[in-house]
Amino acid sequence: MRGYTDHAVTVLSILATVLVVAPLVAIFAYLVFKGASSLNLAFFTQIPKPVGEAGGGMANAILGSALLLCVASLMGIPIGIGGGIFLAEYGRGTKLANGIRFTADVLNGVPSIVMGVAVYALIVQPKISWLPFTGHFSGFSGGVALGIMMIPTVCRTTEEMLLMVPHAVREAALGLGVPNWRSVLSITVKTASPGIITGCMLAFARVAGETAPLIFTALGNQFWSANLNQPIAALPLQIYVYALSPYDDWHRLAWAGSLVLIVLIVLAVSLVRYVTSRGVLKGAS
Amino acid sequence: MVLCALSIFGIVGLIAFELVLRSQLSWHQFGFKFFYQAFVDPDTHQPLFWDPVNARFSALPFIYGTLVSSFLALLMAVPLAVGLAIFLTEMCPGWLRSPLAFLTELLAAIPSVIYGLWAVFVLVPLLRTHVNPLLIAGLGWTGLFNDNNPTGLGFLSAGVILAIMILPIISSLTREVMTAVPHSQREAVLALGATRWEMIRMGVLRNARIGIVGSVILGLGRALGETMAVAMVIGATPEIHLSLLANGSSMATVIANEYAEAVGDMHLSALTEIGLALFVMTIVVNGLARLLIWMVTKGAPAQVN
Repeated sequence: MRGYTDHAVTVLSILATVLVVAPLVAIFAYLVFKGASSLNLAFFTQIPKPVGEAGGGMANAILGSALLLCVASLMGIPIGIGGGIFLAEYGRGTKLANGIRFTADVLNGVPSIVMGVAVYALIVQPKISWLPFTGHFSGFSGGVALGIMMIPTVCRTTEEMLLMVPHAVREAALGLGVPNWRSVLSITVKTASPGIITGCMLAFARVAGETAPLIFTALGNQFWSANLNQPIAALPLQIYVYALSPYDDWHRLAWAGSLVLIVLIVLAVSLVRYVTSRGVLKGAS
Repeated sequence: MVLCALSIFGIVGLIAFELVLRSQLSWHQFGFKFFYQAFVDPDTHQPLFWDPVNARFSALPFIYGTLVSSFLALLMAVPLAVGLAIFLTEMCPGWLRSPLAFLTELLAAIPSVIYGLWAVFVLVPLLRTHVNPLLIAGLGWTGLFNDNNPTGLGFLSAGVILAIMILPIISSLTREVMTAVPHSQREAVLALGATRWEMIRMGVLRNARIGIVGSVILGLGRALGETMAVAMVIGATPEIHLSLLANGSSMATVIANEYAEAVGDMHLSALTEIGLALFVMTIVVNGLARLLIWMVTKGAPAQVN
């Protein structure tokens, strides 16, 4: 009897594994199958055609996403890395550091749609005459929303990577009479930099696919626009709009856009996995 | 560096402040009743919850939709995730472990809009043509599956796609907690003559149960705030139905659908108040989960293989 239960559980857990892997395989198969068949040069070079005309591409959305991610990275990466350095080097073990770590975790758990609402309330809704970008939908506000979402990921991975640097390295630097800030910047951070960079890439990949915070900040745009003060197109937004449209041609573009996004994200995640599994801090040991 | 770190405090504070400030209008108008009141449609005498034309709002159908779809997702995801974690930590041959873990990690990295796209074109038609008729025929008497919705959208579709989305989170955290259980526990139970399942049940699951509950709650936190995939398959109707096959709406999806085109300040304010409620809800849920996981993994080595 006990033996049968044991076998039954083994079979059940294998079944669970198969059930988990099946949708993943299905999603990837559909993406590759549907996406690859509609991916062509026009997708990367043309803007969307009006309804009813075949062809067209998502070049404006790719440009828009790139701009949004630039704004987000400029905002999220420095703050995130700075926060991570504080947590690992200066505030280790203090109450302040624990509070900040907890707040970063809270920020990580805030639903992306709420981030959109907050940025809308902060930048899009109020019209302040002496501040640029306020009072209307703009690419900038979308970038800010994505940037805030990058902070906790970058901050926590930076901290983890810095904590992996052996203590002897710091002591060696300090023993040579190097001031603490120099030791942090040119010894510890430098040693951990491959790990920190992969953390940034991970955060980048996460926000690259975010749609919810962009719906009422960046808003989307059917035309060429590189103006951050105006509504701007973004790849995930365009996928969302096209997926819910009734036109087959737009559905095809949505699949193609998804394939492009997923390739970007899989590349980033694989790189992260490769670097972390290889032992990030080879130079240190 | 201190400035960067403090700015994280500042950002969370600013988010909370803005949400509270912008939801004042609706808070003063409806008070706490906002979360449970219902109106009556004067023409049809049906209950009415969300009436932008007359600026009368109630969050009830959205709270209902969020809870129902999230619990459906947990119901489906938890057994699968725990099964996967057991397989990966206790049974899996070494060569398969790391590719499988990587696959589930990838599942976590797929953007929610792509899940939504897949759900709209693959999952929903599948449910509509094959699964829903079976459920109606077999379980229609319970009242949970008695509405043959021709679109295939609704709570059930939302629950299934949410389950697929929260699976990797729950299973990877469960795995972490289970590997943190010391090997001596397993060896002790095995030495008493237990089978592998008894060893897992008594030696591993019992020690890891608080952490597993924590990871399930963390998955719940993710499900509550999930927006795009749910918005694409739940049907976007502010109504309450017992039937899981009926159209509904959730807190996150109503914000996504209506915020950019809100009519009037009260509408905007009511939507912001829903956002605030969602914010508070996820903070509470995530805080609880972190606490539980921390209670289990503190002091234990992170990776024991």
